[in-house]
Order: sequence, then structure tokens, then C-alpha cells
Amino acid sequence: MLQIILGAVSLGLIWAVMTIGVYITYRLLEIADLTVEGSLAMGAAIAAYSIFNGMNPYQATGLALLGGMAAGLITGLFHTKLKIPALLSGILTMIALYSINLRIMGKANVSLLRMDTVYTDLEKLGMNHTNSVMLFALICVMGLIGILYWFFGTETGCAIRATGANHQMARAQGINTNNMIMLGLVISNGLVALCGALIAQSQSFADVQMGVGSIVIGLASVIIGEVIFNSKNFFQKLISLALGAITYRLIIAIVLKLGMPANDLKMFTALTVAVALSLPMFRAYLRPMNKAIREETQDA
Amino acid sequence: MLKINGIYKVFNSGTINEKVALRNLSLTLKEGDFVTLIGGNGAGKSTLLNCVAGVHPLDQGSILIGGRDVTKLSEHKRAGEIGRVFQDPMMGTAANMGIEENLALAYRRGHFRSLKWGITNKERELYKELLSHLGLGLETRLSDKVGLLSGGQRQALTLLMATLQKPKLLLLDEHTAALDPKTADKVLQLSNQLVSEHNLTTLMVTHNMRHAIEYGNRLIMMHEGRIILDINGEEKQKLTVEDLLKRFGKASGEEFANDRVLLA
Repeated sequence: MLQIILGAVSLGLIWAVMTIGVYITYRLLEIADLTVEGSLAMGAAIAAYSIFNGMNPYQATGLALLGGMAAGLITGLFHTKLKIPALLSGILTMIALYSINLRIMGKANVSLLRMDTVYTDLEKLGMNHTNSVMLFALICVMGLIGILYWFFGTETGCAIRATGANHQMARAQGINTNNMIMLGLVISNGLVALCGALIAQSQSFADVQMGVGSIVIGLASVIIGEVIFNSKNFFQKLISLALGAITYRLIIAIVLKLGMPANDLKMFTALTVAVALSLPMFRAYLRPMNKAIREETQDA
Repeated sequence: MLKINGIYKVFNSGTINEKVALRNLSLTLKEGDFVTLIGGNGAGKSTLLNCVAGVHPLDQGSILIGGRDVTKLSEHKRAGEIGRVFQDPMMGTAANMGIEENLALAYRRGHFRSLKWGITNKERELYKELLSHLGLGLETRLSDKVGLLSGGQRQALTLLMATLQKPKLLLLDEHTAALDPKTADKVLQLSNQLVSEHNLTTLMVTHNMRHAIEYGNRLIMMHEGRIILDINGEEKQKLTVEDLLKRFGKASGEEFANDRVLLA
């Protein structure tokens, strides 16, 4: 049981990188960006292919990050310059990336068994695989939270947030909203590809199908993080996203342990997100009524 | 300060819904002019302001602000020289960002946005002081989300944001129309105060004839995309609502049949 929990936590920490990426587009820019399904697999493909061909795993991971950023830029150009709706722009890039990822790897999957990865250095210190993944992912997530907390507090970061909050106001204040949307998509997809690279190295293979359903996992993690961990400021918000990703993995580990067939996982995730997204509606429906009734009966 | 030369704006060109919103409209504002702009629904008042702000590209003509031709400049590139307040109180501010964050965004209007902190402690002192002049008690709520404010408070904040970096031109697009009469008066007085304090060249759209007469040094009336009345100085000071209605009838050849204007 402890092994299962540790495994879930280490997987959750890796997926926290992607969750933060999804948060940037979904919450800060208010765009549901489907590019991530392609850029996750792209990050895995680039890292796996590069490592397989003898590249230093850290460089390979960095290259994956850049690849994801490029994918985000393409979606951004589709959306802002060609005026294609955001959802469709993401879908177009996602579909194109499927072919691109096949071209990168030259086949549908690449194995990294017995190859050096970013986790190898920690393993050499005597840690087992799960623990070294956990520690490395933890360092990554902490570093990212620090960098993003700083970035979204800068003038440029504030401009991105303003663009998502009210693009009319942002333009009236002289913000180039198109550039900010592109920048947001670039950062987001870079993080998602980084996550893909970390996943591929932890599971020792990359597969072209890896990204399927990842947007829903990302959304589920974002929403779980928001619902369970009530955050007051941006720093807490970033922490809550990481905790959301871990919680999601724990939930999945538990339901699998309880005997749910692994094939039903995606449906389970989809239903979780559907329920979580509809919560505000039910809440709005129930709460004022209860409160009004309570006050009425107290007065009488 | 503002020079508009023979501009045309056509919406839905080439369809049965084609609408010529502005027809060969020319207008020049001197520095410090406070112009009120009235007209019925669909007269083209908001379109004119949006064309000046760069929201809509022109079909013909040119616009100069402070001597610079901005006709081809996009909205965000013109923003450094233009302060704007909109009809919808939700539109001028970012609801899920703090009061100080909104002000900090406006403070950087027209400046390059770098990787320096988005807001400094020195600015916070400035904002506190400026907010205290509004008399709305906002100076103690710097980090509160703007979404928590009332419509009137949001419009007052938007006004402050529009004038934080002194603009060459202030565009007020029916910015009190969504407020209750008492709040509307307060926001109008604040607008007037800010305009005279900074000697701002201002173009204010209103549906309220009384306000149009009471405020500003020049009154312009639009009808079907044209300027049909342009009243200045002393003549404007003597103007009454009845005069205005009569002169509208003469200039346009029809009754000023607009409930919103008459009842206001």
C-alpha cells in the first residue's frame, strides 16, 4: 500500500508541471487549449529520441521544453493572427503534432530501458527509482512555482493576467493582447512538454498516444486543487495546483486498488471533471435558497 | 489636439444589413476642449469614439492625435495617448485583479512592460493618495478585488485609471448611463474635476441633454453619422433643453423622438 501511495505521489508531482501549464491557459487566459495533448507526447518524443541517440538527458529535457514552446507558438499564431477560434486552433496543432511526433521518433514508441535519464544521478546516490523520481519532480515543481510566482508578478506577467481577465480593458491600457495570448500559450505548452519528457524518462518509454486524454487529467487536477485547497493568493494557488495533481493521482490509485478496471480510467476522469465543473451551478442553485429560507423562518 | 478628417465607417459592407455609421465626418478639438456629444440611438456617437480609440479600422479618412497620424495604428498602440471609460462598469477594469493591480496596469499605459515587478511600494503610496481624493474609502482596500466594488466605484476607479498617465485625449462613452442618478451625478462631477485639474481634451458621449448642456465648453449633436449641431462658448452657456430639441428638429428635419433622451 505504501508503495502505491509513493508511486501516486511521485507521478502526481510530475503531472503537477503539466497542471500548472494547463492552469495558465485555462484560468489565466480563459482558453481551453487542446494543444497540450500533442505537446505532452511531443515532449516525451523529443526527450526519448534524443536520449536514445546519446544526448545528455538534461539537454534532452531542455530541448523538449523548447519543442513544446514552439507548439504553443503555432497555436497562438493560428488563434491571434489567423483568427481561428482558440479551441479549434488547439485541435489543429494537436492533430498536426501527432504526425510530427511520429516523425521525431520515426516509429510509434521509443524505449529508454537501461538508458541514463535525469533520475539516474539521484539513483546513483542510492535512492530507488520511485524516490528519485519523487525528489527530482519535487525540485522541478518547487523551482517552477518560484519562477512563475515571480514572473506573474512582473509587468509582463500582470499584462498576461489582465489579458485573460478583460481583453478590452487590457487593450485600452496599451497591452498587446495578441502577444500576451501567444506568450501564455508558449509558456503553458513548454511546461506540458517538460512534463511529457519527465514522464517518458520515469516510465522508460515514449509513446505517440501518450497525450490522449491529458487535457482532462490536467483540468481535473486544476479543479481538484481549487476545490479542496482554498487558496488566498497566487503563491498558494500554485501550491494548490501541485497538491491537486497529487490528489488526483491518489484518487486514481485508490479506485484502481478498489478494483476498477484500468480501461474505465478515462471515463472516470471525464465524469470527475464534469461533476467538478458543474458544482458551482448546483451550489448557486442551493445556497441562496437555503439562506433565504433560514432568515425567513428566523424572522417569523 | 484631435483632428478627424472626413472619416467614413461602414458596417456589414455589401450585405442587406449594410449600415453607414459615419459619413464624411470631420471634427477638430483644441487642447483643453471638453466636448459633450449627444444624438439618438444609432447616430454614430459610440462608433466615432471607437474609431478614435482604434477599435474599428476606418474605411476612409484620417485621425490625428496631438499632430500624429494614428489612422493605421492598432488600438493598443494608440492607448498611450488615450484614456477611456466605457458605458459598462465591468468593461474598464479587471474584476478578478486587485484595485492596486488595476491601477498599476493603467500606470504603465504607453510604456514598455518589462520583467520588473508589476507594482512597487512607491506606487502604492501614490495610489492611496489618489484614491483618498475620490472619497469612496477605496484607499484602505488596495488589495481588494475590483469585482467586489459597486458600479459607481468601478467607474470612479476607471476614471482614475484613465487619467493616471495624463492622456492627450479622454474618451467617455456614456460612462454614467448604467448608474443610478445619484451615483451618475457623483461620477460626472468627478469627471469634470479630473478634466479641469489636468486640463484634459475630452470627448464625452451622453444621452442626457441636461448633462450635455451643463458640462463642457462645446456641444456637438450627431444624426445619422454626421455632425448636425456644433455649439460653442457663450451660446452653449445660454442653451436650454427646449432650444436643443428645437434646433435638432431644424437641423435634421425630424422630431427628436427618442424616449431615452427625452425622459433623461
